[in-house]
Amino acid sequence: MAARTSADASGTASAHRRLAGEEPLVDMHAHFFHPDCGRDDWVERNDARLRAGERIGIDVHIGSVLGTFGFTSPTYFPSPRDVTLGNDAMLALARADRRIRAYVAVNPNDTSHALDEIARCAARGAIGIKLAASRRADDPLLDPIAEDAARRGFPILHHIWQHRRREWPGQEASDGVEYGRLAKRHPTVAFILAHIGGGGDWAHTLPAVEDLPNVVLDLSGSGVDRGMLDAAYRAVGAERLIWGCDITMETGLAKLRALSVVGLSAAEMSAVRWRNSARIFPAGAFRELEARLGPTRLANRDVGNALV
Amino acid sequence: MTVDVNTFVGGYPFRHLPHPDAAVLVRVLEREGVKGAWVGHLPSAFYRDPSPGNEALLEQVAPYRGALSAVPTVRPDWPKWERELAAAHDAGAPAVRAYPPQWGLGSSDASMRALAAACGEAGVALLLTVRFEDLRQRHSMDGVGDLPPATIRALARVSEATHLVITAAGRATVEEVHWGLTPEERSRVWWDISWIWGPPDDDLAHLFRTVGAGRFVYGSGWPLRLTQTPRANLDLLPDELAGAALGSVGQIARVAR
Repeated sequence: MAARTSADASGTASAHRRLAGEEPLVDMHAHFFHPDCGRDDWVERNDARLRAGERIGIDVHIGSVLGTFGFTSPTYFPSPRDVTLGNDAMLALARADRRIRAYVAVNPNDTSHALDEIARCAARGAIGIKLAASRRADDPLLDPIAEDAARRGFPILHHIWQHRRREWPGQEASDGVEYGRLAKRHPTVAFILAHIGGGGDWAHTLPAVEDLPNVVLDLSGSGVDRGMLDAAYRAVGAERLIWGCDITMETGLAKLRALSVVGLSAAEMSAVRWRNSARIFPAGAFRELEARLGPTRLANRDVGNALV
Repeated sequence: MTVDVNTFVGGYPFRHLPHPDAAVLVRVLEREGVKGAWVGHLPSAFYRDPSPGNEALLEQVAPYRGALSAVPTVRPDWPKWERELAAAHDAGAPAVRAYPPQWGLGSSDASMRALAAACGEAGVALLLTVRFEDLRQRHSMDGVGDLPPATIRALARVSEATHLVITAAGRATVEEVHWGLTPEERSRVWWDISWIWGPPDDDLAHLFRTVGAGRFVYGSGWPLRLTQTPRANLDLLPDELAGAALGSVGQIARVAR
């Protein structure tokens, strides 16, 4: 069975006002489920994401599927079969719903499969690469993937544990220092450092990557520590902050509301909400926004650089 | 009118908190449209003797009596703890706070049971904190772990006069406790919503449907956590739950007294 959402959650505009306002909004860290994930509520969870997205005012969800999320191989160490299965499900969702875009998720331990999978999924509409925690971020095995991303103009979204002080079960987690080493080796690739609110100590991450202009901080994650947004803004500026939810959308909405209190200007809020995404993802990746705003506002891929 | 039952003043030993002061809290509440807050003294959770912290709390909150209600800390294995409870009662506190994991008090600790009983007799609720921070970010010296559900169940069973407000619990703890108590026992337990996930997992919606919205109260965890989070969570409830009536501090106070 193909991955899907139920009909009432797809497509049409909601009667609700957009809680986060009318300015375009891109969630660049979403996950979706499919029937082979071993959970019978997968449709409901996909629907819930889209329902909440309508309520918040999310125009585009950029999602990934991590294999079978542990059902037939581990979430962070997916087998080649499950990587392909998950990517197929993600591509099907993106084909079926104009609000959804797809990352291609790969396991760098299977290098040739990973590169083949990126090529296959890019040809079918994927707009970025998702790396989870199958291999430490600074491992040379990630270099061919980053080189491929550079050739394609794809950003890489990498699962990060903020200040990894020890090994955690179920993943070979990386932190900001390790991710920074990879980013330094590939300065033309945009590296999205996943979920500074997603576990660990974000305060360790900020100085680790502040001097690396090709690292963008993803604000997603369940963590809503006071001071985190202020410190991230001070460390890298609005041009390198990018909004997303991951698996807790209420914390995403709360952070959007908090950002306005932190003191970002309207232009900076716009950068965090969508312009930074428009800058680092391939041209034409946001046809929904182009339909709404016209192509000219998205044509300048350097727009974010003019903000700070 | 909304009252945030889960706020603090004072610093946190393991990371910097921006201006954790009563004056700032009052401004934040006003900005967020929250009528008032129950306020604890955060450093007291880590003091061996919380009494000086209670003095500091009362002093900080005094100028804002209309908006802020002090919730002092009572450590029941400390000599003369009854004095602290009496002082809290006399000061009009709606509840007192206790931190069994931070004090090394287990789920069947006799002194905690005595405190729960005494709170019931005094007509003040007993407020417990499941966690201050996510397990994944804790300092290497912060090794006590979360408040176990077994402790909450044990305290809810102490007496029919005992009323508990549990903050920063997730769905698993709520369900384990709620369905592990009799209907009478669970009618005396309230949960703040500060650490219950919204969509896409929709834990809050699930708990509203199964446990009932009336068992939950508004709480944020300020100044540790963003005060915007509980409102965002309520705003994202599915349509059929929009406007569901939470429990209220007035209701807790009425039944506790």
